[in-house]
Amino acid sequence: MTDVSTPSPTLGALANLDVAAGAVRLEGLRRTFGKVTALDGVDLDIPPGQLVSLLGPSGCGKTTLLRIVAGLDFADAGKVLVDDRDIARVAPSKRDMGMVFQAYSLFPNLTAQDNVAFGLRLRKVSAAKRRRRADELLELVSLGEKAQHYPHQLSGGQQQRVALARALAVEPRVLLLDEPLSALDAVVRLQLRDEIRSLQTRLGITTLFVTHDQEEALSISDQVAVLNAGQVEQCASPAELYSRPATTFVAAFVGAMNRVAGQLRSDATVEVAGNVRPVVRSAGLPEPGLVTVLVRPETITLVPHENGVAVVQRTSFRGPVTRVTSVLPDESEIFADVSSGSRKANVLQPGVRINVEFDDQPLMVVRPGENKIDFSEHG
Amino acid sequence: MRYARWTVLGLAGLFFVLPLGASIEFSLRDKGNGHSFSAWRQMFDVPGFTDGLVTSLILALGTMILVLALMIPTVAWLHLRLPRWRRTVETICILPLVIPPVALAISITGTFGADGVVGKQTPWFFTPITLFGQQILPILLLEYVVLALPFTYRTLDAGMSSISAATLVEAARNLGASWPTTLLRVIVPNLRTPILSAAILGGAMVLGELTLALLLFAPTFPVWTINAGAQADPKIGVAASMLILLVSWILLMMMSLLGSHRPNKLARRAAR
Repeated sequence: MTDVSTPSPTLGALANLDVAAGAVRLEGLRRTFGKVTALDGVDLDIPPGQLVSLLGPSGCGKTTLLRIVAGLDFADAGKVLVDDRDIARVAPSKRDMGMVFQAYSLFPNLTAQDNVAFGLRLRKVSAAKRRRRADELLELVSLGEKAQHYPHQLSGGQQQRVALARALAVEPRVLLLDEPLSALDAVVRLQLRDEIRSLQTRLGITTLFVTHDQEEALSISDQVAVLNAGQVEQCASPAELYSRPATTFVAAFVGAMNRVAGQLRSDATVEVAGNVRPVVRSAGLPEPGLVTVLVRPETITLVPHENGVAVVQRTSFRGPVTRVTSVLPDESEIFADVSSGSRKANVLQPGVRINVEFDDQPLMVVRPGENKIDFSEHG
Repeated sequence: MRYARWTVLGLAGLFFVLPLGASIEFSLRDKGNGHSFSAWRQMFDVPGFTDGLVTSLILALGTMILVLALMIPTVAWLHLRLPRWRRTVETICILPLVIPPVALAISITGTFGADGVVGKQTPWFFTPITLFGQQILPILLLEYVVLALPFTYRTLDAGMSSISAATLVEAARNLGASWPTTLLRVIVPNLRTPILSAAILGGAMVLGELTLALLLFAPTFPVWTINAGAQADPKIGVAASMLILLVSWILLMMMSLLGSHRPNKLARRAAR
């Protein structure tokens, strides 16, 4: 089955939802499983009405963090504050949070309507009212005509939409989304992603969204918290995360990033691949000498030249762009993207000598082996 | 290949049908060379028929209720909270399969008898049992619960594994359901088929169980069947066996029909 319906949230249904956006603050959350530290002192602020994504590789602790917020797991130490009230030891059933899970979690014995009404029934809402509310919410996620369908009669995308309606039905203070799109195919995934963001914005509900997909996180979030090895490496807006990553991990995980060797000079410029460019000035600027230079591929221009400093090693077609990987004189690799089908893409074949040019933006540099990138004094 | 398949199926069918057919034919034999329902009619007049049948049906029903009440929360808890203990509990639950009924019967009389450990130390223990008038039946019921554990555990365990129970429970908890509500409104309705299967297997086992009841002198229907066959007429015994088979079969069919009905109106009503 494939989703064919388009998102068309009804304003009437939205008007009937009374969502009170909660402010969430996590303080010093720590969780270990035996010898494995899943969370290592996580602090995070989620302002009311914002969508904050938890982004990180598998095993970084993002789902553990979400489960602790939901009350499905408990932290060894730290606080979970919602509107300044610590709920770290409150049972999940009393937390007033709606959650959509990665796995399909609709109750198989209930229709879509009964699934959405489940939480309302527990809150002793009258049968007529909860049926009306369930129908409204199903309309909201464009599944009004599927109210009497059972989960096995719905596609994956439809099931996740019903799960979203079910989570919203109880008018939660916080909406928790645990990789709700990861089991869906690419088209449905994009559609539902936009639908979730649209709903979240219209309802103004505080939302915590877990994903390992950086594009997903960047495209729908107000803020993205990048987690690595149980710690928040950086929490910032998508644009800031991309342009001013706090660590080399963030720089490499969010978008593509080259790491090449360069010589830092005392005049705050760096010589790299035959170029001399200014560096991002900061209080933590390394001593002149060997540094690692971080460069986004889209800021690089490759110019074929018979005496060029680098040699094209391989090309990789990626739809609109072709990634060209070249080898520098010190044997390190550098990659850049060129428009697929362009004249340049045809010329840049393996073995061709090239010059590597960077645009005028200051370059980010770190000491070799260091993770932290210092922007502290850079305007 | 097709012939081989039909041959195997035919042989298996004969293996089951022949003894049943022979038993039915034997129960219908008349004094002469003809056939009649006289043994089937006389069966109802042999003293103890109704008591035996009712006793066995009560024991079967009691076993089903007790074993499910014990095992549904246990299996759910093992899956959700103590998965590391599943193997240990499974081993304990299948022990009744390898312990001979004779050993069980001797243990029971040795423990609960007048000179037994329990019987001697805590005479008050027997007080509620005397209310039944047939002291051994409550103990036999508990013993049948133990005997039904292997079928029940395996069936429920397989059912729990097939429904992503952990996710469903977390979803229910997140929506505000307490643990008992989660168990009754989420786990049980979605384990309908395994629960019915476990109940059917347990009930059928009790309706046909002879060794333990005989050794403990319990007045169940299989024991009555043996006595009626030995003391009155062998054909009556066989007719009674066929009757209990028929009762079991009808129960199985009823439960099977209930279990296969989807969407389940009862479950939907429960959710409203």
